[in-house]
Amino acid sequence: MKKKVRTDQDHFWGYLMVAPTIIGLLVLNVYPFLQTIYLSFTNAKVFGKYRFVGLSNYVKMITNEEFLRATWNTILFCILTVPLGVLLALVVAVLLNAKIKGKTAFRAIFFLPMVVAPAAVAMVWKWMFNAEYGIINTVFHTHIDWITDPNVVIVTVAIVAVWSAIGYDAVLLLSGIQNVSKSYYEAAGLDGCNKIQQFWYITLPMVSPTLFVVLIMRLMASLKVYDLLYMMVGEGNPALGKSQSLIYLFYRESFVSGNRGYASAIVIWTVLLIGIVTLLQFLGQKKWVNYEV
Amino acid sequence: MKKNRGMSTGLTYAALIIGSVVMIFPFVWMLLTAFKTNAEVMQIPPTILPENWNLDSFAKVTDLLPFGNLYLNTILLIVGRVVCAVVFCSMAGYAFAKLNFRGKNILFTLIIIQQMIPGQIFIIPQYQMIAKLGAGNTLFALIFPGIVSAFGTFFLRQAYLGIPDEIGEAAYLDGCNRWQTFIKVMAPLTKASVAALAVFTAVFAYTDLMWPMIVNTDINATTLSAGLSSLNGQFSTNYPVLMAGSLLAMLPMIVLYLLFQKQFIEGVAMTGGK
Repeated sequence: MKKKVRTDQDHFWGYLMVAPTIIGLLVLNVYPFLQTIYLSFTNAKVFGKYRFVGLSNYVKMITNEEFLRATWNTILFCILTVPLGVLLALVVAVLLNAKIKGKTAFRAIFFLPMVVAPAAVAMVWKWMFNAEYGIINTVFHTHIDWITDPNVVIVTVAIVAVWSAIGYDAVLLLSGIQNVSKSYYEAAGLDGCNKIQQFWYITLPMVSPTLFVVLIMRLMASLKVYDLLYMMVGEGNPALGKSQSLIYLFYRESFVSGNRGYASAIVIWTVLLIGIVTLLQFLGQKKWVNYEV
Repeated sequence: MKKNRGMSTGLTYAALIIGSVVMIFPFVWMLLTAFKTNAEVMQIPPTILPENWNLDSFAKVTDLLPFGNLYLNTILLIVGRVVCAVVFCSMAGYAFAKLNFRGKNILFTLIIIQQMIPGQIFIIPQYQMIAKLGAGNTLFALIFPGIVSAFGTFFLRQAYLGIPDEIGEAAYLDGCNRWQTFIKVMAPLTKASVAALAVFTAVFAYTDLMWPMIVNTDINATTLSAGLSSLNGQFSTNYPVLMAGSLLAMLPMIVLYLLFQKQFIEGVAMTGGK
């Protein structure tokens, strides 16, 4: 009897307490998800009626040079930022794990870009990369059009993206490294392993699950790159058409040009691309991620 | 051996200091540029310190952008999102972790799936809803996509799973119903996770650019990020003004960060993986 009352109570309170979240998700996510899929098969614009056009948005997409270029730019951006960014973050994490003074201060400094809006960060870097008066060309005595040369600007944005994310990734990796039991290192020290061997044979395998999480997260974020590009390249820059990412193209098609149907097809492709890349990572992880403790 | 260790510690410091300089330099350069005149920044070779520390660029950028409104909108957006996330995610997190009700697994699967899908796919219909409601340029529009959070629900469910069932049983025997158990006994035990979620939500709301930019196009109704982005086209050559604007936009968050540095880093590290 008592049991029964309690399950009734569970039902009542359970539904009541998940109701706001579930209703919110249905309105804010489930319906929009289905609506975006539907829109991608229509010729929807900003105003007025639209009709079903089958696959024509997708056909237009894969035959459109701007779209293919954006897809390539997005992948290129990942290639430029993810391996280098994660590697540098790992180096910073290992350095921060050493027995040193001022650890908290160093950690805080590396983490700083994470709490600053990318809009502001991008503006500062855009000034530093200014071709004529920027500090970077001045200091290194170079004459590179960092922002306006379409072949260079992706590299420029990639540098800023790596700089922005290093501290965040390093903090995650550091917590992984700190979880490795000291006894492994002691044993290895007795066996005569040097620091580099210890890193290679103990730290790296033990931290590989965290490394995997960081890698996936960084890949997903890089595939969605938008705000740094928007701020650093921007409308009116001659390099824009050749350097935009998929989400940037999506933004311009949906909210500047008002091609909602076509833009929906682009965003669905982007989400699929993210899904495929993530899936490949999960399939590949067996080769290098070590879950045995 | 001893000498070797000394050298490797020295190298560690050297590497960390060089790294720190690279991390901090852009902020220093922004600060110095903001106090220079536009003529001064175009000098070759450039000056390091401003010839005179003048405040003209700050005066100009506060004329161009309604910073009072931008600060207020950003604060209200952050408060709104954090309150919604903490209240709704705590309730749902507790229910998913501790209560048994029919359909729980199906509903939780919905949460997990939503969490894996990039948010951009929802934006056009979300924008259309705001447009249909005529709610553009309001605080409600800014908060709208963040009223509920699948990630937050998932994250706080983990926190509630970590609380032993016996604690709930004890509260029940003391005559608490489910709600009272949640409010009086369970929720206070999740403080650390709730703080982490709050930090994560606040940073995300503050850094987000696309949503405020499309939904609140009136410069008086938008956020610091989106407001700042409007300078990009029109004043793209007056760098002291742009730097003054960037400085004003990042200052409050940097001050908060310096005060609550530990909570920020731990909060974001705890929610890591999202």
